[in-house]
Amino acid sequence: MTLTESNPTGTGQVTTLDAKGLKCPMPIVKTAQAIKNVSSGDLLEVLTTDPGAVADFAAWSRSTGNELVEQTVADGVYRFVLRRK
Amino acid sequence: MTAPVAERDLLGFLEAAVSETPVETTKPAVEPTVASETPVRQLVIINWSGEFDRVMPTLIMANAAAAMGYQTKVFTTFWGLLPFVKDQKRIVGENFMQKMLTFMQRPGISHLKTSKMNFLGMGPWMMGVLSRKYNIASPKELLEAAEALGVEFMPCQMTMDMFGLKREDMIDGLGEPVGAATVLELMTQPNTASLFI
Repeated sequence: MTLTESNPTGTGQVTTLDAKGLKCPMPIVKTAQAIKNVSSGDLLEVLTTDPGAVADFAAWSRSTGNELVEQTVADGVYRFVLRRK
Repeated sequence: MTAPVAERDLLGFLEAAVSETPVETTKPAVEPTVASETPVRQLVIINWSGEFDRVMPTLIMANAAAAMGYQTKVFTTFWGLLPFVKDQKRIVGENFMQKMLTFMQRPGISHLKTSKMNFLGMGPWMMGVLSRKYNIASPKELLEAAEALGVEFMPCQMTMDMFGLKREDMIDGLGEPVGAATVLELMTQPNTASLFI
């Protein structure tokens, strides 16, 4: 089952935000702007190269109520999948 | 034991505020999340310095807070007000002394000096080169991002008068000038963090 299939309320669309190369606080600033264009229940995938983002995205998710559903790292690129509340 | 009057009023106000929140009728009223249960959080920053190494953390914290859904307010006072003069303005003020001040300290978000190692602009220049090399947002970019996220910038009325600044000298996003009492009231509200940077 993919993340999109497990999505209970959204339209199933996944938006990707490329925030690679950006430094604090721009990854979460861009994420906050991008999630406005995501429907409730849909997923936003964020790619970043900022190691500080690991703690920051967890805090952002807790504070805003948008669920952090997946988090992976590969070749220095951190990938966060967020579901808009 | 009953709560003091002020506390009861506040509770009543909060309950009223919660009950008045519009409910989206198109979607089922499920998904009560942490964020909607907690009252609105607020960050108040007093930005009193116009130096690069103080304006940067002000803008970074303001951006992060706004991105996290905090109501974010930045009170800009004293030298901290000069970065919020339009970049293209060179000399502002009404009288000779005010003009001399901005002649010596160029206003605008793109003309910040560092508090240490300014060395006639060498310090800020090197800081700029390093920032670009490591792709760190410039103060101007951070200011624009903060405005887009709805950060409220509140100029200090007293400082406006002292520097002889007029509304048209200032950036468009600046709010109405306020005083110390307004800021103190904001800082003492519940769920509010205050920073003096």
